[in-house]
Amino acid sequence: MNKYFEYITNGLIKENPTFVLLLGMCPTLATTSSAINGLSMGLATCFVLICANLVVSLIKNITPEKVHIPVYIAVIATFVTVLQLILKAYLPEIDKALGLFIPLIVVNCIILGRAEAFACKNNALASICDGIGIGLGFTFALTALGLLREFFGAGTAFGLTIYPENYASLLFILPPGAFITLGFLIAAVNKVRGVSEQ
Amino acid sequence: MEYVIMFIAAIFVNNVVLSRFLGICPFLGVSKKVSTATGMGMAVTFVLTIATIVTFAIQKCLLDPYGLGYLQTISFILVIASLVQMLEIILKKVSPSLYGALGVFLPLITTNCCVLGVAIDVIMKDYTLLQGIVYAIGTAIGFALALIVFAAIREQMELVNIPKGVRGVAIVMITAGLLSLAFMGFSGVDNGLNAVFAN
Repeated sequence: MNKYFEYITNGLIKENPTFVLLLGMCPTLATTSSAINGLSMGLATCFVLICANLVVSLIKNITPEKVHIPVYIAVIATFVTVLQLILKAYLPEIDKALGLFIPLIVVNCIILGRAEAFACKNNALASICDGIGIGLGFTFALTALGLLREFFGAGTAFGLTIYPENYASLLFILPPGAFITLGFLIAAVNKVRGVSEQ
Repeated sequence: MEYVIMFIAAIFVNNVVLSRFLGICPFLGVSKKVSTATGMGMAVTFVLTIATIVTFAIQKCLLDPYGLGYLQTISFILVIASLVQMLEIILKKVSPSLYGALGVFLPLITTNCCVLGVAIDVIMKDYTLLQGIVYAIGTAIGFALALIVFAAIREQMELVNIPKGVRGVAIVMITAGLLSLAFMGFSGVDNGLNAVFAN
C-alpha cells in the first residue's frame, strides 16, 4: 500500500507537473484568472488524466508498438469528449468560463506524457494512483496561481471580497500578470526546494 | 477591408501566444535561438493554414450534415496528427530543402495547441472559409512574430548576470510577461480601424 501512497505524493510535490516538470503551460496561464476557474480546470484535467491512465495501462499489452501514440491520443480525446458533454449538460457555467480550453485538454502534454512515461509500464492501480497524484498536483498549482492572481488583481479570494477592488491592480488578471505571477511562483518553489538551476 | 483588419487583429491585438495563451510550450521550448525560432514559425504557419482548411471541410461536409458534432475534438486531433505526418512525407519528396529547414519542428507541431485551438475557434466563431483562412494565417504570423522577438530577447539575456533565485524558467516567464505587456499596447487598434473605415 505504501508504494501506491508514494505514487500520489510523488505527483503532488516531487514531480509537480506545473512547478517542476513545467508541462501543460497553456491551460495553466489561460484559465487561472480566478481561483475557481483554476480549480475547475485542474479537476477537469484530473478526471481525463485518471481515466486515460487507467485505459492506457489496461490496453498496454494489446497496443502495437508502431501506432501507440495515435492510440493514446484517441483514448485521451474520447475522455475529453465525455467530459465536454458532461460539463455542457450539468455545469454550463464552468463550460462557458473555460471555453476553448476544455477541448484543448487533448493536447495537454501532461496527459500524453504520463501515458507514455508511466501508464504504459505499470499496472492499473498504480496508474490510477499516478493519475490522482499528478492530477491533484496540477489542480493545486492552478488553484494557487488563480488565488494569487485573483487576490492581487481583484481583491477577492474564491469570490469573497478581502479588500476593496480600488486598491487592486488589474494587471494580475490580464495576460501579462499570468506570466509574471507564474515566474515568481516558480522562483519561490525553486527556493523552497533548494534548487539552484544551472 | 474587413479581412485586413481581421488580419492585423489576429497578429497584434489578440496575439495567440501573448494574450490568448495558445502554443506556450514551443514558445518557451524553441525560443533560445532566432534561427530555430524562425524555422518553427514557418512550420507552424504552413501547418496551421492547411489544418484549418482541412478541418473546416470535415466539419461542414461530414460532421454537420450527419449530426456528429460531438466527434469534433477526436476527429480534429487525429486529422491534425496525420496531416503533420503526411506533410512530412510529401515535403521530404517534393522539396528536400524546405524539409531540411522545417524537418525537426514538424513532429512537434502536433502537440502545439494553437493548431487545434484555431481549428476549433474558426468553427465556434462561425467564420466562412475565407475568413477562417485569413484568421489562421494572421494567427500563425502572430505566433512566429512573438516567437522570433522573444528568441532575440533571450539571446541577449545570455550575456546578462541574472539574480540566482530567478535563473532558468522563472526569468523566462517574467520576460514573457513584459513582452505581453508591450503587446497590450495594441489593444483597441482593431476597433479603432473598424470605426475609421465605417465612416
